[in-house]
Amino acid sequence: MTVREMSRPVAVAVPNLERLKHALAAGIITFLLTSLIVGIETVSSTGELTFNTRYKEVVIASIAVFFGSWVVSLMREGRPLPALFGGGAVTLVLGALLIWNNLDPSLTAWLPFNAPIVNWGVLIVPASICARAAQMAAAERARAEGRATPLAGVGKALEPALPWVGIVLLVGAIALPWLPLGERTQAKKIIDICTIVLTYIMLGWGLNIVVGLAGLLDLGYVAFYAVGAYTYAMLSVYFGWSFWICLPLSGVLAATFGVLLGFPVLRLRGDYLAIVTLGFGEMIRIIITNWRAVTGGPNGINNIPRATFFGLPMERDVPEGVVSFHQFFGLEYNPNHRVIFLYYLILICALVVNFVTMRLRKLPLGRAWEALREDETACRALGINPTNTKLTAFAMGAMFAGFAGSFFAVRNQFISPESFVFLESAVILAIVVLGGLGSQIGIVLATVVLIGLPELFRELKDYRMLAFGIGMVLIMIWRPGGLMAHREPTIRLHDKTRAPPAVAAAPKPAAEAAK
Amino acid sequence: MTAAAPAGNGAPPLLQVEHLTMRFGGLVAIDDVSFMAPPGQITALIGPNGAGKTTVFNCLTGFYKPSVGRLTLNAPHGNFLLEQLDGFRIAQKAHVARTFQNIRLFAGMSTLENLVVAQHNKLMRASGYTVGGLFGIGGYGVAEREAVEIARHWLDRTGLMAKADWLAGSLPYGDQRRLEIARAMCTDPVLLCLDEPAAGLNARESADLNQLLLSIRGELGIGILLIEHDMSVVMGISDHIVVLDYGRKIADGTPEQIRSDVNVIKAYLGEAEDEPLPEAVAADLSHGA
Repeated sequence: MTVREMSRPVAVAVPNLERLKHALAAGIITFLLTSLIVGIETVSSTGELTFNTRYKEVVIASIAVFFGSWVVSLMREGRPLPALFGGGAVTLVLGALLIWNNLDPSLTAWLPFNAPIVNWGVLIVPASICARAAQMAAAERARAEGRATPLAGVGKALEPALPWVGIVLLVGAIALPWLPLGERTQAKKIIDICTIVLTYIMLGWGLNIVVGLAGLLDLGYVAFYAVGAYTYAMLSVYFGWSFWICLPLSGVLAATFGVLLGFPVLRLRGDYLAIVTLGFGEMIRIIITNWRAVTGGPNGINNIPRATFFGLPMERDVPEGVVSFHQFFGLEYNPNHRVIFLYYLILICALVVNFVTMRLRKLPLGRAWEALREDETACRALGINPTNTKLTAFAMGAMFAGFAGSFFAVRNQFISPESFVFLESAVILAIVVLGGLGSQIGIVLATVVLIGLPELFRELKDYRMLAFGIGMVLIMIWRPGGLMAHREPTIRLHDKTRAPPAVAAAPKPAAEAAK
Repeated sequence: MTAAAPAGNGAPPLLQVEHLTMRFGGLVAIDDVSFMAPPGQITALIGPNGAGKTTVFNCLTGFYKPSVGRLTLNAPHGNFLLEQLDGFRIAQKAHVARTFQNIRLFAGMSTLENLVVAQHNKLMRASGYTVGGLFGIGGYGVAEREAVEIARHWLDRTGLMAKADWLAGSLPYGDQRRLEIARAMCTDPVLLCLDEPAAGLNARESADLNQLLLSIRGELGIGILLIEHDMSVVMGISDHIVVLDYGRKIADGTPEQIRSDVNVIKAYLGEAEDEPLPEAVAADLSHGA
C-alpha cells in the first residue's frame, strides 16, 4: 500500500449548511484580502500618484474561491462529480477564451485578468481540481467494480526503473549537442541553458556532501564558488596561467577555505552552524568587493582568457604561428563549437563529482558522514573522529564548488561580486533540499525544475521568479521529503528482490506514526 | 573507602577506577568512587535514580573529563589511562564500547550499515584513508567483506538477520536495544559498557538479553560493565555489584552480599522518619528558609 492511499482523508459527511458557511467564509476572506491589494492599483501618471480600480478581478476571485471551496469540500467527502464537471467546465470555457483571444483581441474584456500569463496561470487551478476529481471518480468506479485502482501500481512499478532514469539522462546529456535543436542561435541558447543547469547540478552535488550526507547546514556555500572563480580569474589575468592548471588549483584553494571555515564551526550544530556559515559567505563577498587592488572590487575582473582545447584556442582569428581548433580539425569556424566544448567540459566535471560522491558513499568516510548526520554522540562512542569527518566533508564540498567556480569564470569571462550573493547559496540549498537530501538524481530533477524552467521562460520576465516560487511550493506540498526522498542503503545483506518482507514492512512505522 | 572487589585469579583488573570524582560547578555528582571490573566478568553498577551511574559511564567513555581520579584500563593490547584520552579515542584506541540509556542508533541507515559504521577505524585503514578506496587500490573490498561477515555474526547472535536491510529507526524497540549492543560489539571491545540495556524490554526479551550477555562474557572473555534497574537482570547475571547512592559508593560485592547489605536496603527502601537529614541537605534547607 502506498503512503498516499493511507493518508486519504476519511470521508465525513458535513451538513450542507455547514459547507455553505465554510464556502462563504472562504469567499469573504478572499474578498477582504484582495479588495485593497488587488482592487486598487496605484498609478503614477504625469508626476502625480492616482489609482485605478480593478473591481472585476476582486469579484471574480471571490466568486471563484466560493465555488472552488464548495466543490473541493464535496470532493473531500468522496463526491468528486461536482468538482469534475465544474472544474472541467471552467477549464474549457477559460481555455477556449484564451485561445480565442489570441485570434481576436477584442475578447480581452471577458478574461478574468489583464495579463495573459496570469490568465494561463489561473487556468491551472480548475484544471488540476478537475484532474484530481477525475482520478478520484475513476478510483471509486474501480473499487465498486472490484478492480485494482488505476495509478495504484504506478509508483511501485516506477521504482525499479529509477536506475534507468539516470542512464537515460546521461545518454541524453551526452547526445544533446548532436540533436536537431533548430537553427544556430536556437541551438546555442538551448546548450547554454543546459550548461547553466549543469553548473547548478554540480554545485548541488557538491553541497549535497555537506548538507545531505554529513548533515551540516551550510548557508555560505557560494563563498567557495567565489574562491574558485577568483582563483582562476586572478591567476590567468595576472600571471597568464592556463585554465587546465588553474582548475585543480581552484579546487585545492577552495578546499583549504573549506577547512579554514570548518575549524571554528566544529562545535556548532544546526541553526548556529547555519548562521556562522552564512556570515562566512558574506565575509568572502565583502572582502572581494572591498579589496579593489587585487580583486577589482565591485567592477570585477574582465577579459578572463578562454579555455583552450588541449592547447588549441577556439577563436576565429588567432595570432601568427598558433593553430586554432577549427584549423586543426579542418572545420569551418562555428562559434557553437566553443559553446559545445564548454558544455562537455561542465558535463565531465559534474560526472566526476557524481562518480566521486557515489564511490564515497560506499566507503567508510561516506558512511561516517551519514552516521555523523544521524547521531554525532554515537559516532564518538564508536571511535569515529568527528573533527576529521566534518572537515573532510567541508573540504570535499568546497573543492567541488571551487571547480564549478573556475568553470563559471572561464565561461563568462567576467566575474564580479554580484554573482556570489547570498541568494545563490539559498538557491543551491533549495536544490539540495527539494531534490531530497542525499539523493543524486533528485538534485538533477530539482535543478531542472528550479533553474532550467525559469531559464527557459526568460521571456516571462518578472513572472520567472513567481514560477520559481510556485515550483518550490508545489514540491513541498506533494513531496515534503524532497523529490527523491527514498534512500537506498549503501550495502545490502539480502537481495532486494528476494527479500520482500523488509521492503514491505519498512513503511509500517511511518504509518503508525501518522496515526 | 577502598576497592574491595574480588580480583579473580590475581590477574590485574581490566578496569580500575580510583577516587573518581566529578563536579559540575558546585554539584558533586560522583564523590570519590573506587571500584574494579575484572576481565571476563559482569560488573553491575546499580543505585537509585540520580545516584551518578550514567555519570560514571560518561567519565569512562570520554564524554566527561573527571574532576579527580584515575581510570586505568589493563587491556591485552596495552594499558591506557582513560581520563587522559580524548573522547572518541577511548573507543578507537582503548576499545571501550558503550550503549546509551536512550537508544542512539543511526536511525536513517540500515541495520547492516549501523554495524559496518561501527568498524569505521579498521575499514578506514583498509581503504587507505579513502584515497586508495576511491581509486580501487588496496584491499578495501576484502576488508569490507570481512566487516560484513562480522556484522553477519552479530546479526545472527542478536536475531536480527532477517531485518538486516531495514532502517534501524523502523525496528521494534527490543530489536533496537539489541542492535545497539551488536553495534558496540562490532567495535571489537575489551570492555563493554551497557547503560540500562533491559529498559523497556518485556520479561522474555530481558531473559534473552541475559543469555546474550552471558554468552558474550563466556566466549569472548571481555569485561562487561552494566547499569541496570531490572533486578532480575542484575541479580541473574552479575558476578559482582557496585552500589552507588548520591554519588558515593555504598556497597560492593557479590549479588548475595548486596542482597543482605543494610546500606543498600536503606538506599532503596528508605528508612524510619526520625532519621536526621544528611548534613548537607539540612544546611541547604536552612539557607533557603
